[in-house]
Amino acid sequence: MTVLRPHAEDQYAEELAVLAKDDDRPRPPGWKLSPWAVTTYILGDGERVTPKYVGARRIVEVAVATLATDRALLLLGVPGTAKTWLSEHLAAAISGDSTLLVQGTAGTAEEAVRYGWNYARLLAEGPSFEALTPSPIMRAMAEGRVARVEELTRMPSDVQDALITVLSEKTLPIPELNREVQAQRGFNVIATANDRDRGVNELSSALRRRFNTVVLPVPATAEEEVDIVARRVAQLGRSLELPETATGLAEIRRVVTVFRELRTGVTEDGRTKVKSPSGTLSTAEAISVLTSGIALAAHFGDGVVRPADVAAGIVGAVVQEPVSDRVVWREYLETVVRERSDWRDFYRACREVS
Amino acid sequence: MSGVSILGVRHHGPGSARAVRRELERLRPDAILVEGPPEADALVRLAPALEPPVALLAHVPGAPSRAAFWPFAAFSPEWQAILYGTSAGVPVRFCDLPAAHSLATERDDDDQAGVLADPIGSLAAAAGYDDPERWWEDVVEHRGGDTPFEVIAEAMAAVREGHEPDGHEARREAYMRKTLRAAVKQGFGRIAVICGAWHVPALSGPLPSATADNAVLRGLPKVKAELTWVPWTYGRLASWSGYGAGITSPGWYHHLFDAPDRPVERWLAQAAGVLREEGLAVSSAHVIESVRLAQGLAALRGRPLAGLGEVTEAARAVLCEGDDLAVELIQRRMVVGDRLGHVSDGTPMVPLQRDLRETQRRLKFKPEALDREVDLDLRKPLDLERSHLLHRLRLLGVDWGTQGQARGKGTFRETWTLGWRPEHDLALIEHAALGTTVAAAAARRATDVAAGSSAVLADLTSLVERCLLADLPQALPEVLAALSAKAALDTDVTSLMAALPAMVRAHRYGDVRGTSAHGLAVIVRSMLERIRAGLPVAVTGLADEAAKGLLKHVDAVHSAVALLSDTPAGGPEGGPESGAGAASSPRGRWLATLRGVCDRPDLHGLIEGRLTRILLDSGELDDAADRMSRAMSRGQAPARAAAWVEGFLAGGGLLLVHDPRLLGLVDGWLTGLSGEQFTDVLPLLRRTFGAFAAPERRAVGERLRSAGDDDGTEQDVDERRAAAAVATVLSIIGRGDG
Repeated sequence: MTVLRPHAEDQYAEELAVLAKDDDRPRPPGWKLSPWAVTTYILGDGERVTPKYVGARRIVEVAVATLATDRALLLLGVPGTAKTWLSEHLAAAISGDSTLLVQGTAGTAEEAVRYGWNYARLLAEGPSFEALTPSPIMRAMAEGRVARVEELTRMPSDVQDALITVLSEKTLPIPELNREVQAQRGFNVIATANDRDRGVNELSSALRRRFNTVVLPVPATAEEEVDIVARRVAQLGRSLELPETATGLAEIRRVVTVFRELRTGVTEDGRTKVKSPSGTLSTAEAISVLTSGIALAAHFGDGVVRPADVAAGIVGAVVQEPVSDRVVWREYLETVVRERSDWRDFYRACREVS
Repeated sequence: MSGVSILGVRHHGPGSARAVRRELERLRPDAILVEGPPEADALVRLAPALEPPVALLAHVPGAPSRAAFWPFAAFSPEWQAILYGTSAGVPVRFCDLPAAHSLATERDDDDQAGVLADPIGSLAAAAGYDDPERWWEDVVEHRGGDTPFEVIAEAMAAVREGHEPDGHEARREAYMRKTLRAAVKQGFGRIAVICGAWHVPALSGPLPSATADNAVLRGLPKVKAELTWVPWTYGRLASWSGYGAGITSPGWYHHLFDAPDRPVERWLAQAAGVLREEGLAVSSAHVIESVRLAQGLAALRGRPLAGLGEVTEAARAVLCEGDDLAVELIQRRMVVGDRLGHVSDGTPMVPLQRDLRETQRRLKFKPEALDREVDLDLRKPLDLERSHLLHRLRLLGVDWGTQGQARGKGTFRETWTLGWRPEHDLALIEHAALGTTVAAAAARRATDVAAGSSAVLADLTSLVERCLLADLPQALPEVLAALSAKAALDTDVTSLMAALPAMVRAHRYGDVRGTSAHGLAVIVRSMLERIRAGLPVAVTGLADEAAKGLLKHVDAVHSAVALLSDTPAGGPEGGPESGAGAASSPRGRWLATLRGVCDRPDLHGLIEGRLTRILLDSGELDDAADRMSRAMSRGQAPARAAAWVEGFLAGGGLLLVHDPRLLGLVDGWLTGLSGEQFTDVLPLLRRTFGAFAAPERRAVGERLRSAGDDDGTEQDVDERRAAAAVATVLSIIGRGDG
C-alpha cells in the first residue's frame, strides 16, 4: 500500500533525523529541534536538507521565533502562497507531528476546537473524562504539540473565539466535569487565513491580539515565479496524464508577466502603472491557466500552446467582477499589451475573447 | 607619535559617537583633528548655535555645479567631537584634503569605488554576517563597555594589509598626516584625531616621511572654494552623504544615541505611539509581545541584542499585525525620521542665494521690498529669462513675484507684482540642500513634490505646466513618470478627463516654445486610452446633475483631442480596430469610443443627445435624423426627450436654422405632445432655447412660420445670378480655381 501523499514528518524523516543528531543548540521545552535547526529544515542547507519553502529567510525566522516565544502564529496570504505547506512543515519539525489539524469551514463546530462527547458512553456511564472525545487542539495541549488550524477566518466567529482561552490561559476548561486540561510545554497553534477573500469572518481583535502575524508574499521576482510555474505545470501535466505538448517557456513567461503586472500594478520594466483587478491572480491561478491551455492545445489544437489557448483562461482569471475588472483588463490591454510589438498575436487573441 | 590618539569611527555611527565623546572626556586632548575640509575651521565656532542635522557645504563661486556636502547629525562622531571641542575650549581643526583641491578635480566615482573596497564588508563577511551594518551594530555600536578603538585599529590594519593607497585616497591621507605633523610641531601635546576607521592604519604606526607626503601633494589643481553650513534633513541623510557612507536609518540611530537605556523597549513603545496617533488600536500587551519577539528573533539569529532588523520584524508581526502600510508608516516616521536642521544668523551665504544674486544682476532685475508691477514680453529673450526665474522661485516657495492678469491679448505677455521679503532669504537657505543654482533646486523640488505620496492628479498636471513655464526640462521626466503612475491608478475617469485638456495644452505649449516635453505625448495618449476604457462605465446610471458635469468633461476632452496631431502613434497598428486607417489616430479612436457609447440604450438623454451632435458634426453619423426621431418618439419619456434635445442643441441653435429636416423633426415632436406632456417638458425646453442667442431664436421662429407655406425656398436659386457671388466668395477663402 502506498499513500497518495505521505505526511511531512514521514516523507522527510531522514532529514529530520540528520538535523536532530547534529543539533546541539538549546531546544525550547517540548521541541524536537532547536529553533535554528527548524529554520534550516524549512529553508534547506544546500546539501543534506532540501528547501521546503522558497522565499525570504526573515519570514521563516519570524515564524519560528514566534513559536519559540510561545505565541500563536497566524500565517496570512492570498491563496497559493504556501501557507498550509509552511504550517505543516513547521509542525512536523517542531513536534514531529503535523496531523493535529482543524480544518476551518463555515460548518466547523465548537467540538472541533474544544471537545465532543461519545454519547454511547455518556449515556451508559454518565459524564466522565473517558466519555470525552478530544479535539485535535485538546490533544495537542495534553501532549505538548503544535496544533494547526486551517482557514481560521472561514470558521464562524463564535467557534473562533473558543480559541481565546486556549491561547491566553493555555488551558481548556471542561465545566461538565468540573476540571480542565492544561497545556503542556511545547503546545502552540499555527493558524492560516486568507486575507483577500470576501465573505470571511474577520477575527475579533481579542483573538487577533493573541497571534503574531506573518504575511506570506507572492514570489519576489519574475524569474522565481516562472521557475515555480514551469516546474509545477510539468508535474501537473504528468500526473493528469495529459498528452505531451510543447509548452514554450515564452508562453509561461508571458502568462506570469501578465499576472505579475496586474497583481503588482506596475509593468515589469517599472515604467507604467496599471490598475489591479479584484481577483488575487496568485501563482496557483497562473498554473491552472497554463494547465488548461495545455489541455486545449493537446486535445483540440496541434499540440503547441499558443496565445489563443491561454487568452480565454487569462481573461477568466482577471475578470472576476464583471464591470470594474473588465475596465481594468481593457485598460491593460490597450495601454500595455498593445504597445508590445512581440505580443501582437497575444493582443489579437485577447481582443477576440474579451 | 606619542600623545596622539587616533579614533577610528564609523561615520554616522551612534555607538562611535558615544565612544568618541567618552574617550575625549577621558583623554582631555588639547587639540582635536576631525576628518573634513580644513577651510571650514573658521566655521567651527558657529556649531553650538546650529541645530543638527546640518551639513558643511563647499562650493566654487561661479561654478555652482561643483559642490560637496559633509552632513552631520547629532549622532555623528565628528559632530560630537566638534561640540566637545567648542564647549571645552579646545581648538578643533579639519584635517582632510582641502575642498579647494577636491573640488578642482573632476570627481571620478569609479576611482573612488575601487579604492574603498568596503573594508567593513570584508570584516563582516569574515565574521559570518551577511549585512555589514549588523556587524558594526554588534561589535561596535552595541558594545556597552570598554573603548573599541584599539580593536578597530587592529582589525583595520588586518583589512588594509597589503593595500597601497593611490590617487585621491593617497592624497587625502597624506594631507591628514601633514595636518597632524603641523599640529605636533605647534606644540600640542595631546592630540585626538577623529577619522573614518579605514584611515586609522594610515595615521598610526610608522608614518611615511614628510617629504614623501609633500611629494604626493605637490602640484594639485586648485580652485577657490567657499564653505558654509546649510540645514539638512534625515531623509537626505538617508539618501546620500559626502562621506560615502550613507545610512538608511538615521531615525533609528538618533534613537540609539538619545535613548539612555533599553533602546528596544523604548523604540517599540514609541512605534505603538505612532500607530495610535493614526488611530490604530495598539495596546501595551502588543508592545510586550513585540519586545519578546524581537528578543526571540535576536536569539534565533545568534545576536547579543535586538537590532533594527529584529525590531522591524517584531513591529510588523505584532504591532502592525502584518499590515505593510503600518510598517511603512513606522519606516517613514521613525526609521528615517523627518527632522530638519537649522542654521543660525551668522552663517555665510549659501550658493543658492549667490546664484540668485548673480542671475538678478545679469537680468537687470533688482530685488526691492516695495511692491512693483512689471510687464514681461516673452518674445524678448531677457523677459523670457526673467519669467523663467520668477516661475522657478515660485516652485521653491519664494513668492518674490505674484502673477497678475495680463493686460492685452496674447499668451506672450505676463504681468507680475514683485516684492522681496526677508523670509524669502530664509526659504532659500532652507532649500540650499536641494541644489546650488535656482534652476537645479527648483527642478529637484519639483521632482520631490512629484514623488510625494500626497500629490493628486490635478497637482501633478499643474506641476507639469509649471515646469514648462519655469523651463525645467530636467525635472520633467520624473514629474511625468509620477503623473503617468497617478493617472494609471486613478479610478475616477472624470478626474482623468479633467486633467487631459491641460496636458494637451502643455504638450502644444511645449511644442510652441521648443521646450522638450518628450514623454508628454505618450502620457496624453495613454490617458486618452484610459478615458476610452473608463467612459462606457462612467456614463452608466447618471442623475441629471452628474450627467451635466460629465458632459462638460466630454466636451473638454473632445476639443482637446481635436488639438492632438493625427499622426499615427507607435505600437501595433491597424490590426484589430474596426475600420483601419483613420481609426488608429487618437481622434479616430476617441470618436469610435463615443460612437460605441452612443449606441447604448441606457444612456442619459442629455449625454446621448450631445454625443449624437458631436458625431454628426464630425461626419461620423449618416442616420442622425433616424436617431433624433427615435429619441423623440413616443416610446421615450418626454423628460428624457427634452434632455436629449438640450444635449443635442447645446452650443447654439444655428443647426435648427440651417437644417430644415431636423427642425421639422423637433417641430413635429413638439406639436405632437399632449397638453400635460408639454407642461412637463416646458422648463427643460425653456432652458435649452433660452440659452440661444436672440437672433438665433428669431431665425428659428421665422423659419418655423414660413415653413408651412413656402418650404423648399432654398432650392429656388437662380444659379446664373448667384455664380458671380459664389466666385467672389471662393476667391476670398483662397479656393479661386479649385
